[in-house]
This record gives sequence, C-alpha cells and structure tokens, in this order.
Amino acid sequence: MGNHRQILLKNIDHPDQHTVAGYESRGGYSVIKKAMGLDPLAVLEEVKKSGLRGRGGAGFGTGQKWSFIPRNSGKPIYIVQNADESGPGTFKDRLLLERDPHLVIEGQLICAWAVQSNFSVIYIRGEYGYPYIRIQRAIDEAYAKGYLGENIFGSGFTHHMIVHRGAGAYICGEETALLNSLEGKKGQPRLKPPYYPAAIGLYDCPTVVNNTETLAACVAILENGGEWYAAIGTEKSTGTKLISASGHINKPGIYEIEMGYPLLQFIEEECGGIWKGRNLKGVMPGGSSFPILRADELAGVNIDYESLSKAGSHVGSGGFMVMDDHTDMVEAALNVAHFYAHESCGQCTPCREGGHWIEKIFGRISKGGGLPGDVQLVESICGQVAGHTICAFGEALAWPAQSFIRKFPEEFRGRISEAREGRVISRESMNADVGGSH
Amino acid sequence: MSAAAAQRLTEIKKRYPHPHSAVMSALYLAQEELGVIDQRGIQWVSEQLEMAPVHVQEVATFYTMYYKQPVGAYHFQVCRTLSCALRGSKHLTEHLKKRFHIKPNEVSADGKWSYEEVECLGSCGTAPMCEINDTYFENLTPEKLEAIIQRIEKEKPELRLSTLTDSLGDGLQGQPKSEVR
Repeated sequence: MGNHRQILLKNIDHPDQHTVAGYESRGGYSVIKKAMGLDPLAVLEEVKKSGLRGRGGAGFGTGQKWSFIPRNSGKPIYIVQNADESGPGTFKDRLLLERDPHLVIEGQLICAWAVQSNFSVIYIRGEYGYPYIRIQRAIDEAYAKGYLGENIFGSGFTHHMIVHRGAGAYICGEETALLNSLEGKKGQPRLKPPYYPAAIGLYDCPTVVNNTETLAACVAILENGGEWYAAIGTEKSTGTKLISASGHINKPGIYEIEMGYPLLQFIEEECGGIWKGRNLKGVMPGGSSFPILRADELAGVNIDYESLSKAGSHVGSGGFMVMDDHTDMVEAALNVAHFYAHESCGQCTPCREGGHWIEKIFGRISKGGGLPGDVQLVESICGQVAGHTICAFGEALAWPAQSFIRKFPEEFRGRISEAREGRVISRESMNADVGGSH
Repeated sequence: MSAAAAQRLTEIKKRYPHPHSAVMSALYLAQEELGVIDQRGIQWVSEQLEMAPVHVQEVATFYTMYYKQPVGAYHFQVCRTLSCALRGSKHLTEHLKKRFHIKPNEVSADGKWSYEEVECLGSCGTAPMCEINDTYFENLTPEKLEAIIQRIEKEKPELRLSTLTDSLGDGLQGQPKSEVR
C-alpha cells in the first residue's frame, strides 16, 4: 500500500472485516455512538470543517449538502446512498461494499444523525450481486445488534436502512434519475431547479444523496475531527481518495492516496509503471466523463481538484484509466462514444441524437470511411450537446469526445486522409480491440 | 406466478414508504420465475402493485437487466467498455462466438448458452472480465474462459444471486476480489 495514510482501506485486508464481530473488534460502531452523544448540528459542523467533497464525481461539499436539508418541513428526511457505481473505470465502491460494509453503514448512520433522518436506502447497481449480498447481510447483522432499528444506543433515535438493487442503467447514478428510479419510475433525471434534492427529493421530501465512499469517509472524520481530516491533502482537496487504476499498467487495482499526490509518480510507483515496458500515451484520470490528458501534459500535475482542473480534467470518481503508446485513439474514442450513446436515457434530444451521431462518425473514421469535415463535425455536435441537456450526461458525453479529437487530431485526420486517398490498410487492431494488448 | 412470489413481494413492498418503489424488485421476481419479462410478468406486477401496465412496461424496457427476450441457461456478459477493451475483451467475445456458434443475444439450440457485450461492470482493475448469470469472472483470457465453460458443463452450477455464497475462493468464482494495493 505504499506510504500513503490509509483511512478508508486501513482494515480492508482483515478477512473478517465484513462481519459485525470483525468490524467491532477494530473499533467499529464506536464512532456513531460517540457522534450520537453530540448535537446533530455539531456533527454536521465537523463534516463541514473536514472540507470533504463528494467522491461520486461532482466534488460538491458534503457538509454544505447536508446543511441544505430543511429540518422543520414536517416531512420525513431521507438519505440515499449512491452505490450505483457504473462509470467506466470506477470500481472502488464495490470494494467497500464487499469488504467493509459496516463502515459504509456507520458512515450512513452518522449522516442520519446529523440530518435527523429515520430512513435511508442504499441504491446499489444491479450487476453487483456479491456486494449486494455482503451489504444486505451486514445490515441484517446491524439490526440484530441494535445499531439499526428503533432506539439506537437507548437514545430514542430510530433509523431504518434498506438496500435497493438497480437493474442496469448508468444514468441512475445521476442523483435525480436515481430518485425517480427508486420511486418506481423510469430512471430519467428531473428538471432543474431545484438543483439539489435537499428540499424536494425522494417522494418530494428532503433528501441527502451521497456516494458510498463519501459516507464511509465520515467515520474517520467524526473519529478524529474535521480539522484532522482537513489537514490531510491540499487546501481545497482534503483527505484521501480511492483511485480505481486500470488499463495498461502493471498493477491495476484500488489505491488510497492522499490528495495532491503527483500523477506521474502514482503511475510509476503505485501502479508499477506502464506494462510491457512501453510508454505512456494518455490517461483519463477521473473516469470516462472527463477529458483525457496526454502524456506530455502531465508534468507537475497532481491528483487533486485544483491541479487536475488546471490541467483541463477532473478528479471525478477517481476512475483512472491509463493508455500506452500502442493505443489507437480513434478506437478508444469510439469505445467511449459507444458507451454514452448506449446509456443516454433518451429524454433530451441533443444527448439522445448527439451520442449516436458522434459514435457513427467515430465508427466510420475507424472503418476507413471518414469524411474530410468529420473532426469539425464532432466538435460542432459536442458544442451543441454540452450545456443543453437536463443533466450533466450531456457534458459527460461531449467532453471526452472533444478531448480525444483535440488532443490527438493527427490520428483522426490521418485516418481520414488515408481513407480518402485509397490507402486504407486493414489494421489488425481495428476489429480486434482498442489496441495495446499485443 | 407462484403464491410464494406474491408473498415475497408483499414483504418487499412493506419496506418502502411507497409500494410503487417495489416495481424493480417485482420485475426481478417475475424474471426469476418466468426466465424473461413478457406480458405475463408485466400483468402480474401491474396487478400486485396496482400500477398501470404501461408504467410497468416503461420500467421493464428502460433497464437492461430485465430480459425481454429469452437468454440461455448460462448467459455470458462480456464487458466491452474501455478498461476491458484495453486489455483484450474482444478476444473473449470472439471465443464465445466460435465456441457456441451463435451471435450475440442468440440462444444456442440446446437452450444452454447465450452471450452479449455489455457496458462497464465495475471490475476494471481485473480486466478483462465476464459476468455469467449473476457471477463475476475476472482477469480472464480466452483459455481461462474456456476452462470455466468446461467446468460449467461438468458441474452445472447455477451461478445465480440466490446461490452466491460467501465462499469467494471456491474456484468457479474466478477471482472476484477487487485487488487492493
């Protein structure tokens, strides 16, 4: 695990960590007990002080989000944990749910106490069968031990928690789509405003929606204090982050790093460098919804919100996908475009049509049938999708597509002109895979 | 649909503030029993939850995990998204195509096999991978996939959610643990 401070993963390797007994033996559920001795607003204050930002992708301040909840609306207050982890390159929440499910529950209970909620849901993606079994079993254990249910720790406080399985729709990771899905509707995002479901969320009641990793981080924050957490990482990117590292690296896997860690050093030291002794070509540091960065843009870039934004990308969900110098960027762009075309919920015309159009153009460039104006056409479509849809899926679709053609224009133009000049050669990689595996 | 399924649904309904929230679970129950979501399932869910059939249909067709067409007893879902593609997922699909002599979403004549390419299944650190029924198999090569197929033929495991156990290391699970570094 290198020399990084392990907060979220510190107990992950204990074989009994997923059981309530194992979790308790390492101090589990003592933090919520302590937190419930504090005023709910004091708990919220600690989370605010920590500077914790949402780990699902958007990076919104967690304490701030909780503070939006109206406490005297007379309506029930709900918490929904977004465990619909479906973004390409992201697989960190699965690890927490499988191996440390009680940490996730305790974090959610801290949120429940802070906002005084009596009911919460863990919305887990449908394909996560094994994590579903683990988290459900952990909830059953927590009920049996009195950590969930009525009169928790004799305080008179009641909290019920259930797990809800999704059924294969990336868009349900968008928080308002997730709420619609949970209400028994199609998982399509809601019109904004309201911009946050804080006041009008699940069944039109006040609702907090937080990512699994975000809630899990709250345990250490309440254990050690918000200031302690804020001292880790950088000024605006506090704490640690789980990075899901995949692609052409020697050691793919999940790493917990302190925010602000140099990106190239992360690839070299933690990830074991580029596989097969090759060189780095590009990396999508925050999942496929944010722009790709070229190898020559990475000097001095750190993994934190400030540095990655400055470099033109984002921390996102920490879905860190690495590509070696054998990667065919036309194929990679097509692969990503296909994902977004497939996952568009179909509600907004620019996204529904734009996604397929971009995929079609990348597809014909890939097959040697690209037209001279195709690169400009993709650029134009991206401009008409981003910012013109109900939810951020529009940007998630447009930004990566745009970044591939801007960062690797010669590959796209080269492929098009070869085709125009009748020099199409049958590339082995074209119908094999994105490249790089041989 | 069985009385047992109706009973299970009644229990599930109670967990939610509103019964319509149980529609996704209800569709899973119907699929478990019927193998597919067709008009029988839609009708049953609609009656059980007092929802208009068209609303149930909308939900059933929105999500990919409800099968509108039958699948084989062993349904292979190969992840095709970027991290898996970068590590050769295409070779897994090619192997299945040759092995079963069918195209994606077709079912073999004996009803046993089917496969499709799906979007990111969240096991990019152990790419390439394939989900068979409800079970993940990771860090695959065509050779490893073939070995799994042969074990399935011999041992006939169900690989369903209801039969997933805690014994992650029993071999047929592949290497389901996300790798922690």
